This record gives sequence, C-alpha cells and structure tokens, in this order.
Amino acid sequence: MHIIVDNIGLYRDGLLMTLRICLYAAIGSLVLGTVIAAFRVSPIPPLRAVGTAWVTVLRNCPLTVVLFFCAFGLPELGVNGAYFWFAITGLVLYTSAFVCEAVRSGVNAVPPGQAEAARAVGLTFTQSLSRVVLPQAIRSVVPPLGSVLIAMVKNSAIVGAFGVAGELFNVQGRLTSAQGLDLIPVLLGVAAGYLLITIPAGVALGVIERKVAVLR
Amino acid sequence: MTTSVLFDSPGPRTRRRILLGSVVACLALAAVAVFVVLRLRAQGQLTEERWGPILNPANPYFTALWTGLGTALLRNAQAAVLAMSLSLLLGTLLAVTRVGLPRWARWAVVGPMELLRGLPVVIAIFFAARMLPEFGVDLPLLWYLVIGLTAYNMVIIAEIVRAGLASLPRGQAEAAAAVGLTPGQAMRSILLPQAFRAMLPALISQLVVIFKDTSLGFVIGYLEAVKITSIAAQQLHNPLQLYLTIGVIFILINYLLSKLAMSVERRLSRARRGPVAPPADDRASVDAALAVAGTAGG
Repeated sequence: MHIIVDNIGLYRDGLLMTLRICLYAAIGSLVLGTVIAAFRVSPIPPLRAVGTAWVTVLRNCPLTVVLFFCAFGLPELGVNGAYFWFAITGLVLYTSAFVCEAVRSGVNAVPPGQAEAARAVGLTFTQSLSRVVLPQAIRSVVPPLGSVLIAMVKNSAIVGAFGVAGELFNVQGRLTSAQGLDLIPVLLGVAAGYLLITIPAGVALGVIERKVAVLR
Repeated sequence: MTTSVLFDSPGPRTRRRILLGSVVACLALAAVAVFVVLRLRAQGQLTEERWGPILNPANPYFTALWTGLGTALLRNAQAAVLAMSLSLLLGTLLAVTRVGLPRWARWAVVGPMELLRGLPVVIAIFFAARMLPEFGVDLPLLWYLVIGLTAYNMVIIAEIVRAGLASLPRGQAEAAAAVGLTPGQAMRSILLPQAFRAMLPALISQLVVIFKDTSLGFVIGYLEAVKITSIAAQQLHNPLQLYLTIGVIFILINYLLSKLAMSVERRLSRARRGPVAPPADDRASVDAALAVAGTAGG
C-alpha cells in the first residue's frame, strides 16, 4: 500500500495523461464519427459506400493493428510527428467507427411516422427536424455513445502499452522495471486508476440513460 | 427499408442533384486515391523490395513470412476459441447465479463483475501474466492470454445471457414449474436453451471482439499474428506493407464472422415465426440483437 502512497504523484500524472489522451481522442472521434455517420445516411451513394467501408474496415481491425499502422506505417508515408499524436490518431480512427454506428442507429431509431406526422400537421422541414426528429435522435444516441466513450477510455490503456510515456498503464513499467518496486501493489494502483474513471462514468451514464429514456 | 426520416423520396430535380453530388464525390475519391498512390510511389513504397516478401512467391522470404503468419494466426484462433468457450461457461454460471441469488446477496456477484468490467482488457491480460507467476502459477503464455481475456469477457457474456433470460416470456418458467420441474431443471432444459438461441448473434459478435483482442497478446510477448508481423517488419523493413496485410487478414476474418452472425440471426427469426407467419419486419429482432451487441462491443 505504501508503494502507491509514495508514488501517488506519478499515478496522478498518469491519470491526468490518460484523461488528456481520452479528451483529445473523444473530441476527434466524435467529430469524425459524426461526419462518417452523415456520410452513411446521406442520399449520395458514393458517400454512403465510403461510410460503410470505413466502418467495416475499422470495426473489424484490432486496435493494435491500427496503432501499429499509425505509429510505424505513417512515418513511411512521410508523415512525421510525435509518437503521442500517432497514438491519438489511431485511437480516433478506431473509435470513430463505433461513434458512427451509435449516431446512425440513433437517427434510424426515430420512427419515420414521427417525421411524417410532423409534416402532416404542417411543420416546415427545419421545424420538424429541430422540434421532432433531432430531440428524439439525440436522446437515443446518448446511451450508446456513452458506452463507446467508456470503451475508449479502456482502449487508451493499449496506447500506454505501446509506450506513450506517462500514460497510466505506462506508469507501471516505470515503477517496476526502473525502480524495482513490487509488482502487485503497483499493478493494483494502476487498476484502481482506471476504475476511478470507468466506474463513475458508468454510473453517470446510467443516470443519464434513465433521464433521457424515450418511451416507444 | 431505405426510408429515412431525414428526407422524402427524391423527385426529378433532387435526383439530378444527387447524380451531380455522386459525380463530385467520385471525383474527390479518385483524387484522394491518385494522391495516395503518387505519395506511395514518391516515398518508394511500391517497390518489389517492399511488396515482394508478401506478394511474390519467388521471393526468398515469401514462404517463411506466410508460414509464420499462418502459424501465428492459428495461435490467435486457438486463444480466441479457448477464451470464448471458457467465458461462455463462466459467464453462463455467473448469469444463472446472479438470477438465482436473493436480491440482498446479489452484490456479492455484481460487485466483482462491475470491477472486472471497468478494467481495460489489456490490463486483465497483463495482470494474468505478471501476477499469477507471483502466486506460483506457472503456465504457457497462451493460458495467461486466455485467462485475461476470459476474466474480462465472461462478465460481458454474463450480461448477454442475462438479457437473453430476461427476454423470455414469464410463462416459460411458470409452465416449467407447473409441470413439476425444479428451478434448476427449468433453467437447464427450458430457459437456457431458448436464451442461447435468442442471443446467438450477440455471442458471435462477442467472438469477433475476442478474436480482435487476442492481438493484445503482444503485450505479454505471446507470438500471435501482430507480434509476428512486428518482428517481420523489423527484419524486412516494410512496416507499412506488413501492417496493411495483417489488417486486411483480420478484417476479412471478422467480416465473415459478423456476416455469419447476421445470417444466423435471420435464420433464427424466420424459424421462430414458423412457415405460417407473414415474413415481415425482421428488423425489430435484428435491432434488438444489435443493441445488445453494441453495449458489449467496443
């Protein structure tokens, strides 16, 4: 136990680094995923094909391969940058496919009758979109999007395993191999760090889910 | 089922606009493709030296590379099948225990389950590989990977099975009790078989997730496909090409698995309705299964 207390600063920094990685990756994947989802529901067939291909490729490819590709493949293409950003890129690409599916299923979950009824009572396109379709779509998007983001936090540990220094999982290597500390307490500290993020996030998601639930 | 809430079915003018949009999109895609190819060529990525070991059977490295990758992929499959079977077994046990316990005692099962679910799977694998030896459990690397994957996935499978059990009509359990089956017998021979049928697609989706996660074996030095690829990339100096190849292999395998999940789902929903029922509205059950798979995936 004293090992965790003695190195609490390192753990805190690791936690903050993980949160930073997750923040960047969340912003990136939410934006990219929404764009891809827009592609997938758009009336233009080639864009739909791009969206479908994107999701199929990235959902079926292990995150490890995506990360390896970004970290070692992209430099071969002449793309240069810090390792940190390659890792974020990999995480964003991978997560965007899941974000896209969450958003798309949310939009599709709105029954067509809702929009039809809105038009039937004389609402304009903007009114029916902003008053009828989007409020329902956003509500049904929130819970799956939340699970996707929690999964992303957990996936960010793989980024640490790849050697992004200072990330929470990466802290473990520093403490055990460099300082020769006992393995078990160090690992338990790392585990506690992730639980500190994922469990409150899960509880919060449950609360939000109940709040926004739509009865159909 | 292409009706969208977002727009009406297009009239002649909109159809022209869509055509125009399609042409523009195709041109943009072609431009991107040309740019990528030119870039690849400029960086010397399209040479025989880079692709030969992967594509040219006459290349001296070709046989060694593909034998290595093939063996490694079999190791992935082995780990995935073992982890899937064990998680299925333990997950079902967990789900049944959870349902069977009185309400106040459930936290004893739910607590550890939530803890396991909150941990990254890569950490579960790493824990298994580093902690078990400290307690004197010495196993081949494969088993550490399997144990780590199982610890994480059995919880998810328990949730899938629980959802499956919850989706059954109450009358099933009541009828079983009425004909004199004990709760255990009812669970074994009436409830679980039906729950599994309903959950088969979600279970296959989880198999895809597990198969992808076997590539995390690289963290503990298990010689699975991604690890082998990285070793090969160091020797052949063509990381871009090799990671592309292994990515395509994983995508193909998992794509076929998810197609299988979908066709199983279609067959099940047809069989459930019987030949007399109208073959309409397959969507609801597909969506329900996807919703379950969605919470489990990622």
